[in-house]
Amino acid sequence: MLGTYLPIMLLILVSLAFGLGSVVFSSLIGQKKFSKVKMAPYECGCEPIGTARERFPIKFYLIAMLFILFDIEAVFLYPWAILYKKLGVFGLVEMGLFVVILFVGYIYVWKKGALEWE
Amino acid sequence: MDINVAQLFQTINLNVIMPEVILSVLGMALLLVNVFVPSKSKGYLAWLSLIGIIGAGFVAVTGWGTTVSSFNDSVVQDNFAIFFKMIFLLAAGLAVLISDQYMSREDCNHGELYPIILFTTVGMMLMAAATDLMTIFLGLELMSISLYVLAGFNRDSIKSNEAGMKYFLLGAFSTGFLLYGMALIYGVTGTTRIAKIASLVVQVGGAGNTMLLIGMFLMLTGFLFKIAAAPFHMWTPDVYEGAPTPMTAFMSAGPKAAGFATMLRLLLVVFPAMKAEWSDLLWILAVLTMTVGNFTALRQDNIKRMLAYSSIAHAGYCLVGFASGTATGTSGILFYMLSYTFMNIGAFAVIVLIGKKGEPNGTVMDYAGLGHKRPLLALAMTVFMFSLAGMPPTAGFIGKFYLFSGAVEAGYIWLAIIGVLNSAASVYYYLRVIVFMYFKPGEEEFDWFTISAPVALALVVSAAGSLIPGVIPSLLLQFAQQAVKLI
Repeated sequence: MLGTYLPIMLLILVSLAFGLGSVVFSSLIGQKKFSKVKMAPYECGCEPIGTARERFPIKFYLIAMLFILFDIEAVFLYPWAILYKKLGVFGLVEMGLFVVILFVGYIYVWKKGALEWE
Repeated sequence: MDINVAQLFQTINLNVIMPEVILSVLGMALLLVNVFVPSKSKGYLAWLSLIGIIGAGFVAVTGWGTTVSSFNDSVVQDNFAIFFKMIFLLAAGLAVLISDQYMSREDCNHGELYPIILFTTVGMMLMAAATDLMTIFLGLELMSISLYVLAGFNRDSIKSNEAGMKYFLLGAFSTGFLLYGMALIYGVTGTTRIAKIASLVVQVGGAGNTMLLIGMFLMLTGFLFKIAAAPFHMWTPDVYEGAPTPMTAFMSAGPKAAGFATMLRLLLVVFPAMKAEWSDLLWILAVLTMTVGNFTALRQDNIKRMLAYSSIAHAGYCLVGFASGTATGTSGILFYMLSYTFMNIGAFAVIVLIGKKGEPNGTVMDYAGLGHKRPLLALAMTVFMFSLAGMPPTAGFIGKFYLFSGAVEAGYIWLAIIGVLNSAASVYYYLRVIVFMYFKPGEEEFDWFTISAPVALALVVSAAGSLIPGVIPSLLLQFAQQAVKLI
């Protein structure tokens, strides 16, 4: 039974060997030229302009959290959309309830002023 | 996959979860009312919540004596669930009553408090009614996440923040244990319905099946955390001390009962075949929990910390009834949880009154002279302390009597003896409060704090609830016995 897992085991071994091998060999036989730009942390090819550990407004967290909440709505809506015909009225009512509950949260957040930046 | 919509419709019986539906809708409505009504005082939200809680209670009671399943056997309405729902609604109602005065005084009177209390109650009720591992988890998470918010509700207090954070981190960790246990049990049996798991336990080898055994113990760990049993009690003192006092009252009664409800249903319905394994473990944990709780409480001056350790000890007493596994013991747990709700929330209601703005966590010394200045309040506190200590003629005495006699019935004589000794030790720190109230002179200048009408009502209800079942135990006990009969 374990035999069926052999290919996965082999894949893990080969990828480990390849990964480790490339790092080890290139550090052994590769040329080493250090410059200031080369030693800087990689930032999409742009030159870094300062430390990344800065304080930034907590509003970002609030927006991120709200985004996740309402993003989940889409996660649930997709499978429902696919099975829409089979679920029929039942699915429509259930989904309606779900959206109404989310909408209550939305109104609350809106009235609380969590969506305003300033 | 074929979905038979007609069949889906048939399995849904909304009456079974009607109390939950009422409270959820009310919670959402209050959330909106709170932002649309520009009122500084939030007392009206407390009264509206109370009306909803009482309404949900009436709806829940109508189902007494019947057993109805719904949602494809994932929730059930039986006496057991209804009895526990009553405990949760009672805890929520009393907590709502004592909240307004405290929150106004501490300047954190945000209206969100009441919807969150209602959502917590919904979670607890789902836990008691759940007959599916996923529904149990859903209820538990709804309860826990709301409780984390309640513990850290006083945003301006560092202690409250600490309580919320600690509770959240440790609670999330314990949820992990629970979920892992559920996953293992699902792995062994291939189903999450507890009735089906129960029928498969013996078939897959019972205690001989290591995965099942580990799964059961991991799930137990999750619940033991929620009921604050040693050695999973470390969070209790800090969280209980830091949380706003009315919320401490609420979380010491409600979630503890919810944890017991689910544990009872799981162990007695799903794992009766493995009783030898879990009753030995619970024996040890009961002794450990009682002893750690009581002996640490002896040394506490801060009254909230003292009651936190005392609540650990009380979880230990209930575990005694659990370890016995007899009908006397388990109905004793139900009786005890109900009377504990009265006496503990009552005691916290007094703490709410005694506390001063900014330093709401008083010490025992603050109670000096209370007996002369506020004789009625001191009398109420005396009743609560006597009941917590387990002295006749209070509900606490009757509860302990049934818990320990359950242990004797099952042959755990030593467990009962250790329980009684522990109970005797606990008398010291409960009586200390009474000694301070009546025999120590208070400060010259006495703050004549006001007792608002809701708090007074909560005090009267709690005092009555701690006394009457002690005098006429059959009043509640018959319901507790009927409740455990079904499982």
